[in-house]
Amino acid sequence: MQRVYLDNNATTAVAPEVFEAMKPYFLDDYGNASSIHLRGQRARSAVEASREQLAHLLNARPSEIVFTSGGTESDNQALFGIAGASRSASKHIITTTIEHSAVLHTAKELEKRGVRVTYVPVGPSGVVDPADVEKAIRPDTVLISVMHANNEIGTIQPLEEIGCIAREHNVYFHTDAVQSVGKISVDVGRLGVDLLSLSAHKLHGPKGAGALYVRKGTILRPLMYGGHHERDRRPGTENVPGIVGLGKAAELAGAHLGAGMERVAHLRDCLEQRILSSIPLATVSGDTSRRLPNTSNISFDYIEGEGFVIAMDLKGVECSTGAACSSGSVEPSHVLTAIGRRPGQARSSIRFSLGRFNTAQDVDYALEVLPRVVEQLRSLSPHYKKDAVSA
Amino acid sequence: MTIAVAMSGGVDSSVVAALLAENNSTADSNGPPAVVGLTMQLWNQRRLPALLGAEEGERGRASGRCCSLDDVYDARRVASFLGLPYYVVNLEDRFEQGVVRPFVESYLAGETPIPCSLCNTEIKFAEFIETARKVGANKIATGHYARIQQDPDSGRYRLFAGRDPAKDQSYFLFGLTQQQLARTLFPLGEFTKQEVRAMARHRNLPVAEKPDSQEICFVPTGNYRRFIDAYLSEQGVKIQDAAGELVTTDGRVLGRHEGLGNYTVGQRKGLGVAAGTPLYVISLDRTRNRVMVGSNDELLKKRLEVRKINWIRPASEGDSFEARVKIRNKHFPALARVETRSGGEALVEFAVPQRAITPGQAAVFYDGDEVVGGGWISGVLN
Repeated sequence: MQRVYLDNNATTAVAPEVFEAMKPYFLDDYGNASSIHLRGQRARSAVEASREQLAHLLNARPSEIVFTSGGTESDNQALFGIAGASRSASKHIITTTIEHSAVLHTAKELEKRGVRVTYVPVGPSGVVDPADVEKAIRPDTVLISVMHANNEIGTIQPLEEIGCIAREHNVYFHTDAVQSVGKISVDVGRLGVDLLSLSAHKLHGPKGAGALYVRKGTILRPLMYGGHHERDRRPGTENVPGIVGLGKAAELAGAHLGAGMERVAHLRDCLEQRILSSIPLATVSGDTSRRLPNTSNISFDYIEGEGFVIAMDLKGVECSTGAACSSGSVEPSHVLTAIGRRPGQARSSIRFSLGRFNTAQDVDYALEVLPRVVEQLRSLSPHYKKDAVSA
Repeated sequence: MTIAVAMSGGVDSSVVAALLAENNSTADSNGPPAVVGLTMQLWNQRRLPALLGAEEGERGRASGRCCSLDDVYDARRVASFLGLPYYVVNLEDRFEQGVVRPFVESYLAGETPIPCSLCNTEIKFAEFIETARKVGANKIATGHYARIQQDPDSGRYRLFAGRDPAKDQSYFLFGLTQQQLARTLFPLGEFTKQEVRAMARHRNLPVAEKPDSQEICFVPTGNYRRFIDAYLSEQGVKIQDAAGELVTTDGRVLGRHEGLGNYTVGQRKGLGVAAGTPLYVISLDRTRNRVMVGSNDELLKKRLEVRKINWIRPASEGDSFEARVKIRNKHFPALARVETRSGGEALVEFAVPQRAITPGQAAVFYDGDEVVGGGWISGVLN
């Protein structure tokens, strides 16, 4: 059976070039990057070359890149790191209601430890209003954390405006850019962020590798203690193959950003428009004018997302109901709830997220399978039948 | 055609999955898979933390913890071992509405409910069949020990006890409709438990040595009362444990009781009163909030009323027939006359009085090993 992967916001295939770049660091150049000998030096050069590749993609300095185990660690390091470094008696953090769990649950934990947190809401557009962020600032605000692009609906947040506000008020500004890096241009200078989280496996790199951009001069308390790795920011022997993979993935993503992402956007638009024109009672969530080029979140009335995803999978198409981290949960998506979707609508939402390796044939196949699956599910919905009769 | 196997992570449903996977290969590699494994996530064990500590201490008994991560892990491991597509489907909301709440309400009303029958009619053979159809499976298979046959003349589906009398689960399946029976496979109905376990071992299934589950799945320690207390306190409800009188059937007040919910018909221990002869709970009088007690002989009753009957073999109002009637899971079906009434009710009169007939339990009518129908015991008459 044909298998089509439309879940690139969950994770991506490792690019063949990335895999090739990583290979030597398992079997031959397996040295510890801190060792004095040749094998160690080779590993060290590879790590530093990757740091440059990644810094180049973000328009950052290599010394501002801290390699981590991934997006969740980077988010934890940013929030705990800023809150922990601040010496003031009362601390306050501003974030939004549509953040990834890695930020939301970290903020909840900080609340338990006495940090006050404001969760700025978003409207139906799924885009936060910078004025709301500014209004939330208090004298004791130590950090603003707003994601760059939402993982479920793909909306891009106005970081530049928020960055200006943060600077005016002298507050640190962090962004979870796990979903945006590699999909749209990410320039830490232009965005005005002090901290930025990213993860390799979202941009055709390996799992278990990520980074935190830390603007020079930012005072962070480390999460872990150990050796003097990563300029005392993150102890532990470097994950050399993972870091090499991240560097290569960053280089490839940079080259792919223009025409390559335009092609992905075209495929996404094609999928979305043909769904909307052929399937009744289907609506797109979030502001489509400021959205990642690869993401489409569509709610199909009278359909339960869980059944849809299974039925599609059994026909060879892989998509999701939202964040993979919350699969199996009965709670409707906090993002869709935050943008005003009722629980029923939120449960009927499907996320399609395309990637570099998708083709027009993939979209055609998905469009061949999808109407039958929608019909199969709707024909078994008692409400659909009743409403269809009364309409 | 695709068959969805309800996989609990136990030996029985794992053998079902294995048998179906062996006998139903996907003919067309481009077509849908012949067999798909689904696990119903029915209850979140983390939800009532008050029970967790208790369960830890009684883990030895709690081998069949419903929806525990271990069971999902086992089911997934078996599906992967067999090469089947596998998914967890979340039916927690429906399970709470359709099974847990009615169970708690029935218990509080002084009955002794059996949630498994309710779960079968409300969840496994209703929601689960629908879920299976939604993902493209027209039939479901479960590890129940029972048999279904289609009558060649009438086309109707008939339900029979499983071949293994020790494992027969037809008592819990009396509520199945013709539409549900038509979509259901019970591949284990012809086998004994020993044979099923041997099949699991022969195939090296990862759960071949897993112990059987015994208790009600969402009350793994078997302590209903503790579950109900924890559930109600989560819901913010305080039980009105109205104490009342403990009275003999001939009217003598022997003492006090601590609320009807603490007693069940036939109970002997924990009555807190001493008499010359052993005392048993004979009935619970809800209108006067009394626990009626008496001798073992007084537990023997001949007649009972049944309501909400589901007929698997058609019956009309006013029919009167002989059947063997089973009044609890471990009861040996006893000869009786069943008189059907209007509104899905019937009166059952046993040839010989039966001990501790309990409202809230099911009465299931058998003709030989065929299930004719069954319903819920609503009243016990002398």
